[in-house]
Amino acid sequence: MIVRILGEGQLMVDDSVTAELNELDAKLEAAVNAGDEAAFRPVLTALLDRIRSEGTPVPADSLDASDVILPYADASMADVRGLLSDEGLIPG
Amino acid sequence: MSVVKRVSMIFKAKANKALDRMEDPRETLDYSYQRQLEMLTQVRRGVADVATSRKRLELQMNTLTQQQAKLDGQARKALGMGREDLAREALTRKSGLQSQIADLSTQYQSLQADEEKLTAASQRLQAKVEAFRTQKETIKATYTAAEAQTRIGEAVSGISEEMGDVGMAVQRAQDKTAQMQARAGAIDELMASGALEDVTAQPNDDIQRELDQMGGGQDVDRELERLKGELGQGEAPREIEGSAPGATGAASNGQAGTAAGQPADQPGAGDGS
Repeated sequence: MIVRILGEGQLMVDDSVTAELNELDAKLEAAVNAGDEAAFRPVLTALLDRIRSEGTPVPADSLDASDVILPYADASMADVRGLLSDEGLIPG
Repeated sequence: MSVVKRVSMIFKAKANKALDRMEDPRETLDYSYQRQLEMLTQVRRGVADVATSRKRLELQMNTLTQQQAKLDGQARKALGMGREDLAREALTRKSGLQSQIADLSTQYQSLQADEEKLTAASQRLQAKVEAFRTQKETIKATYTAAEAQTRIGEAVSGISEEMGDVGMAVQRAQDKTAQMQARAGAIDELMASGALEDVTAQPNDDIQRELDQMGGGQDVDRELERLKGELGQGEAPREIEGSAPGATGAASNGQAGTAAGQPADQPGAGDGS
């Protein structure tokens, strides 16, 4: 699947790591729901690190859309909430 | 994929919504391409803005580092003259600058990282825009408006996502640069108003003035010794001493202590050197 890390571009990640990524995602959700910034940070970092180490960059001239989009590395929990809201973080 | 899935869905929805669909889908291609070119301009401007901020920080860091080196030199000189109190004062001020420089250095590295990321983003977008342009022409040449729908949807949603990402990155970089500009401006203002000079320039002047006075005195003494050495070979000073008492008084202002025991022509020579 194609994964985009916001601010870093797209990576092709093998489907075999999906289970592991889902696990981290569940932890991420728990942290966001609990408003637990201390738990949130390391989980987001681990998730992105895993994608970076497993993934291979998608060629820059590919026009394929991503299957999954992840927050940028230094996103705070408030930023992630912004990404989940209808109010656009995306300008224009 | 809970949080991630939601982020993905919402992001895509927003990215696609940002693009107004035209009645003839082929017009959507041209419109999207127009937006892409605008975004390319924006991201390049973003890179330039970050670079400007980074250079400004660099200048400030250089200025503070120079101040630091100056204070260090003063501390050494003061110690060399046995003035530990002055040396301590200079070193205290130097350490005050250290935290400012460390702070600026952190900001500098952060801006540098942003600049690299934005530059990479601009290159990615550039490659995609070129690919899109080719595909756009192919689609327009090959398909009727009705047929083109699916193809256009694919091409446009991929690049809309990229534009959403780049647009956000530019926005975040601009927010951050604006904050840093404000802080850099505050430091510039502090420097201009003299408030920072309590730590740097003005105290330096105090220290420097004392050092200059002491140093000046010693330099004159040294110069005198040197001249004495030169003239001492001919024993000339003694003769002059007796013959020109008026000159001694005129030339010894400010150096009365050192000049008093010595002949009249030396202070004059010292002043000139």
